[in-house]
Amino acid sequence: MTSDDPRPPPRRSFFGALGPNELKGLFWQVLVVGVAVAVIVFLWSNTVTNLSARRITTGFAFLGREAGMPIADSLLAYNPRDSYLWAFVVGVANTLRVAVIGIVLATILGTLIGISRLSANWLLSRLAAVYVEVLRDIPLLLQLLFWYVLMQALPAARAAWRPVEGVFLSNRGLILPAIPIGSPQLLVLGTAVLGCIAFLVIQRSLVAQQMRDGKPRPAWPFGLGLIVALPSAVSLLLGVSWTIEWPQLRGFNFVGGLALAPEYFALLIALVTYTSAFIAEIVRSGIQSVPRGQWDAASALGLRRSFMLRQIILPQALRVIVPPMTSQYLNLTKNSSLAVAIGYQDVVSIANTTLNQTGQAIEAIALIMAVFLTISLGISFFMNWFNARIALAER
Amino acid sequence: MTAITDMPDLPRAARRPQIGNPVLRWLRANLFSSIPNGILTVVLLAVLAKGVFGFLQWGVANAVWLTPANDSSACKAVRGLGACWAIIPEKYRFILFGTYPFDEQWRPALSVALFIALFLLSTRRALWRRELAFLWVGALALISVLMWGGVFGLSFVSQDRWGGLPVTLILATFGLAFGFPLGILVALGRRSKLPAIRSLSVLYVELIRGVPLVSLLFMASVMFPLFMPAGFNIDKLLRAQIAIILFAGAYLAEVIRGGLQAVPRGQYEAADALGLSYWRKQRLVVLPQAIRHVIPPLVNTFIAFFKDTSLVLIIGIFDLLTTAKTAIIDPAWQQFSVEVYIFVAAIYFVFCFAMSRYSRSLEATSAR
Repeated sequence: MTSDDPRPPPRRSFFGALGPNELKGLFWQVLVVGVAVAVIVFLWSNTVTNLSARRITTGFAFLGREAGMPIADSLLAYNPRDSYLWAFVVGVANTLRVAVIGIVLATILGTLIGISRLSANWLLSRLAAVYVEVLRDIPLLLQLLFWYVLMQALPAARAAWRPVEGVFLSNRGLILPAIPIGSPQLLVLGTAVLGCIAFLVIQRSLVAQQMRDGKPRPAWPFGLGLIVALPSAVSLLLGVSWTIEWPQLRGFNFVGGLALAPEYFALLIALVTYTSAFIAEIVRSGIQSVPRGQWDAASALGLRRSFMLRQIILPQALRVIVPPMTSQYLNLTKNSSLAVAIGYQDVVSIANTTLNQTGQAIEAIALIMAVFLTISLGISFFMNWFNARIALAER
Repeated sequence: MTAITDMPDLPRAARRPQIGNPVLRWLRANLFSSIPNGILTVVLLAVLAKGVFGFLQWGVANAVWLTPANDSSACKAVRGLGACWAIIPEKYRFILFGTYPFDEQWRPALSVALFIALFLLSTRRALWRRELAFLWVGALALISVLMWGGVFGLSFVSQDRWGGLPVTLILATFGLAFGFPLGILVALGRRSKLPAIRSLSVLYVELIRGVPLVSLLFMASVMFPLFMPAGFNIDKLLRAQIAIILFAGAYLAEVIRGGLQAVPRGQYEAADALGLSYWRKQRLVVLPQAIRHVIPPLVNTFIAFFKDTSLVLIIGIFDLLTTAKTAIIDPAWQQFSVEVYIFVAAIYFVFCFAMSRYSRSLEATSAR
């Protein structure tokens, strides 16, 4: 927040010299705030009269009532007799399910395409450029409808495509083989996560020691022990089974495995491809922002290519990449609300149904806004922390 | 990952003595510079050839281009093997102009032409003067007259009959024309010394940018009647337009704020030294420089809006995408939605691609 004034004004006592400038400032502020308050009061009083005329009670009491709406595709257990509050929670889980997986996939795909655009292979870089240009210049909603139509045009379950054994693509969506996850499996995975955290702590201390005496200390044995061996040992001791469940065609539908509904799959494809085009541009300009001399200097030191990329080029490129990447992640999350157009029930779609059933427009829209503001703040917070970590540390 | 690793080698390749056939030399440098690169080229060519061949077979060789009016039997015969482009001549008037009275459709067509002329004129650097604002006001007024009618012997056409491309252009252009001054005010507010004005601006921008446009449109279509006194009702199109203006204002404000931050402090001081008032200082010294700094990102923001207008489909306003989706409801033509989507995507693409090329050319000229 820079002001137009080059120097901070000297502190004055409150009733001290209120000069003409301060008075002018005070007048403008009072005017603007007055207008804003007047507009809000006007809208508010209209709303109150309208609501009482329509006999709609304000407040969030309706959240305790039975929702009665079906939700076809959800991560969490839900049935129509549950409350509106639980329906909202299911909707938030569905939004996050698209957003989180979408962000991961879009980052991977976007990075690959961004790197392809810089390839020395003319054909590859042209193809990547065409991909980016076409996807960026067509509305996301149109792409989403297009993917959804293609999904519906796929053959029926009996004639499903099988690109790989155990994977079925049909108008029922995408069916993948999966490992059923229960509490014993979660325990093993939890051990692995704890192992990862412990490994990171150990690695940092090893690097710190190396900084002090210059002796390299390899960290990989710790990694192998904590992330691979320890969870495996826990798994063997408890006798946890890791059988893969293969989907089977029974009658007109599939049994077993992991099923991605066509709505979810279409939304995911649309979000990932669309966002990856923007991410590709960010990655490309980030890598191009690293001065040529850095490549030359690294080559002159005789460093291996992979080492050079990992230790010299990418850390510098990341400084340029991370801030715009944050806004792409936020865009992807906000764009997941287009789900309402194809009937995937994310939080916006569920809020919209609630609004139509109860007439609680203000509350439903306030809830949508609260959910998205929370998610946005969460993503911003994480990315800002990451950005601070990789920022240029100048002396 | 052969991709990046060849980048720094380019100058070395250029230093080699230039012998042999230039075509072969180009091929060697750009497609077969190393063995993995050569393999990659061959694989890509194979995939590309297969894809292009398949698409040509579907889109050209086996396609049906024309059928007798409202008869889709020829299309149904080649279903799955060839495209049915015949749906476009069959439905194009509806896709482009919606339910606008059929005999009056020259009016929206002329409006679209006026919009395009307005955009083309706005890209001319020589015309970036105050007169351009008057030109915009005049053109938008003329378009309103053409679309509504009711004067000069034109029959009146109410807003709920409007549809298709003119609606998309109206939403995007009016959103821009009103969002831009709003964005300037909010950007100035965010940098003002007055705490109340600053916090109001920050609140507005962050609130709008933090929520999806869909929820704003829902607000406009559902809550607006609640906000207004009883009996006072605004047309649905105008309500969506207001939501888009508010949305555009917040995003444009952020872009303009970036430009304001790029104006050197000395400029402010010089304007103060001349004794200019706050508004004259902003209008004559600061804003012209700030906006010139951010013209390329502004154009990118316009592209984003142009695409985002398609979201009004969700609240049932007949823009270009909605008319396309409605055109396919006709049972005879139901199965040929892919062709219609490709046609509409091409229209959007032409507009956005032209804007993005323009933005890039501006960046190139300003970088010099």
